[in-house]
Amino acid sequence: MQISKEQMIDLYKTMCKIRSFEIRVSELFAAGKIPGFVHLYAGEEAVATGVCVNLLNSDYITSTHRGHGHLIAKGGDVKFMMSEVLGKKTGYCKGKGGSMHIADADLGILGANGIVGAGPPLATGAALACQYQGKDNVAVCFFGDGASNQGTTHEAMNLATCWKLPVVFVNENNMYGISSCTKNSMCIPNIADRAAAYDMPGVVVDGNDVMAVYEAASEAIKRARQGQGPSLIECKTYRHRGHFEGDACVYRTAAELEEWKEKDPIPRFQKKLLDLGVLTPKKVQEIDESIKKEIADAERFAEDSPFPDPSELTQDLYT
Amino acid sequence: MPTMTFAQALNDAHKIEMTRDPNVYVAGEDVGVYGGIFGVTAGLLDQFGAKRVRDTPITESAIVGTAVGAASCGLRPVIELMFVDFIGVAMDQLFNQAAKMKYMFGGKAKIPMVLRATCGAGIGAAAQHSQCLEAWFMHVPGLKVVIPSTPSDAKGLLISAIRDDNPVVFLEHKMLYASEGEVAAGEYTTPLGKADIKREGKDVTVVATAQAVHTALAAAEQLAGEGISVEVVDPRTLSPLDEDTILESVRKTHRLVIVHEAVKFAGPGAEIAAVVAEKAFDRLDAPILRIAAPFVPVPFSPPLEKEFIPSTEKVIKAVKTVMES
Repeated sequence: MQISKEQMIDLYKTMCKIRSFEIRVSELFAAGKIPGFVHLYAGEEAVATGVCVNLLNSDYITSTHRGHGHLIAKGGDVKFMMSEVLGKKTGYCKGKGGSMHIADADLGILGANGIVGAGPPLATGAALACQYQGKDNVAVCFFGDGASNQGTTHEAMNLATCWKLPVVFVNENNMYGISSCTKNSMCIPNIADRAAAYDMPGVVVDGNDVMAVYEAASEAIKRARQGQGPSLIECKTYRHRGHFEGDACVYRTAAELEEWKEKDPIPRFQKKLLDLGVLTPKKVQEIDESIKKEIADAERFAEDSPFPDPSELTQDLYT
Repeated sequence: MPTMTFAQALNDAHKIEMTRDPNVYVAGEDVGVYGGIFGVTAGLLDQFGAKRVRDTPITESAIVGTAVGAASCGLRPVIELMFVDFIGVAMDQLFNQAAKMKYMFGGKAKIPMVLRATCGAGIGAAAQHSQCLEAWFMHVPGLKVVIPSTPSDAKGLLISAIRDDNPVVFLEHKMLYASEGEVAAGEYTTPLGKADIKREGKDVTVVATAQAVHTALAAAEQLAGEGISVEVVDPRTLSPLDEDTILESVRKTHRLVIVHEAVKFAGPGAEIAAVVAEKAFDRLDAPILRIAAPFVPVPFSPPLEKEFIPSTEKVIKAVKTVMES
C-alpha cells in the first residue's frame, strides 16, 4: 500500500508525540504529581503508530495497562489524557479512571485496561458488533507477551476464527511481563506461531520499524474489512522504561537495554526520512518544538483543571 | 389469562424482545440447536436464525467478554451461562469489565447486556452445578441482580432486563423451570428494583427469593391455619434492593425472617438484615432470623441435599420463634 510523504511525516509526528508525552509523564510522576501507577510506552511507539494510521474513528481498539501510545495514535487528545492521568475532572474519564482506564467512545477507544488479557474478548465482541451490523469496520486488539499466555486470549482467538470476525490481534512482544521473561514464560519462540493453532495468518514483524508495522497492519486490517476474518501480528519490541514507573528493572541488564535503544524506532525513522528528503533538519526541529508546546499546553491545562467534586463520587454507576 | 411454565415465560420474553429490537442477540452453550439445556431458548434459532442465536464453544470468558465488547458497541446481548457455577471462569469479564466500564470511563460507556444463569439445588447436580451465588454479584457496584420466583415475574423482569442499559445478572432457579403460573400474553414489563408482596399478612414479614418464595408461601399457608398471618415479600431484584417495601412491611409486622437458598454466611439475607436493623431497629419486636443453607458446598446424596435446602418446617419454626420473642 502506497504511503504519501505527508503520511510518513504524520507517522513520525505521532511517534514523537507519544515519546514526549511519556517522558513528561515520567517526570511528573517522579515529582509526585501522579497518583497510582503509570506504565509507559517509551520505546514501543512504532507499534501503535504503524497500526492506528490504518484505522478510522469508527474502528475500535482495545488497549492495555500500557495504553498511552495506543490512545494517542488513535487520535486521543493529550490535554484530556494528561488531565485524566492527574485525576482531574476534565480528563477523558472525568478523573474516575486514571492512566489504566482511559477511554473515548467517540474515537473508538474501548479503553485501556488494568487486567492483562481482558482486551482480546472485548475486541472480539466489538468485531462481532461490526459484523452483525453489516459495517466494514474492524477492531484491533493490542495485547502483550504476558497476555498471550492468558486463557482469555486463546478463547478470543478461537471464537474470532470460528465466527470469522473482523478483529486484528496485534501482539506487542517486549519480552517481559514485569520480571517474567518470555524465555521462561513461553515454550515457543514466536507468539505469532500460535496463529496456526487458530487457523489465522500470523506474522512476525520488527516492532521498532514503523513502516514494517504499517504494512503488516494494513494487510491484516484490509483482510478483516473484507470479511476474511482475524489475523495475528507479532511486533518484536522493547520498553525503555520499567514495567511501571519506579520499577528498578533488576530482571534485565543494562547491556540489553542499550542494545534495544540502538534500535529506537524514532531516530531510526527520522534518519530514514532525512535520507529520503521527506524531512529536513529544519522540519525536524519545527516538529520537535510544536510537540513540546502541545505537551506543555496539555500539562498546563491539566494543572489548571479542578479535581472532581466529592459529590461526583456516586455518579455514573448506572445508565 | 394463559398459563405457562417459568421456562416458557422466559422463552416468550426472548421472542418478544428479539422481534422488537434487531440488536438483541442470544449466545451461549447449546442455546441454538438444542434450545438450551433447560429449554429456555427453544425455537429461537428457527425463528431468528444463526446470526442472532449463536451456539458457542465451551468458552465462558469469551462468551461473556465478547458480549461486553459487543454491548459497548451497540448490540444488546442476552447471554446464557449454563450454570451460575461456571461464572468463575468468566468472572473478570463480568465484574472488572462489564460492571466497571461505565464508571471508570466517566459515564461514556453503555453495557446493555443480560447474563442469564441457572442456580440452585434440588436435582442432585452436586457442588459445582447447584450454587446460589447472588451475593457475589450483589457485592459488585455496577451490576444489577434479578432473581424471579414466578413465571409472570420472570417474563416481565427479563423483558425489563433486556431493555435496561446496564449489565444485568438474571438468576433462574433450576427447580422453577417447570413451575406453572398465569402469565399475561404479549408484551409487558416488570420493573427492576421493585419488590412484590406475594402474600399479605400482619404478624411476621418473611422476605424470600427464588425457590424459597414458594417454601415461604407453603409455610405461610400452614401457619394461617394456626392463626399466624405471614406476609411474604419477594424482592425480585437484589441489586438495587427495594428497601422501602421491605421496611414498610417490617414496620407493620415488627418481625422479620429471611429465607434464601444461598449459604447463610455473608448471603443476601445478611444485607437485608443489616438494612432492617439499621433503619427499623425500634420497630422490631424480635431478632431478625435467617433461614438459609448451611456453610458447606452442596452435597450430592439426596437426603443430604434435602437437609441443605431451606425447608417449610424450618421456616415455620423460625416464624414461631420470632412470634414467641
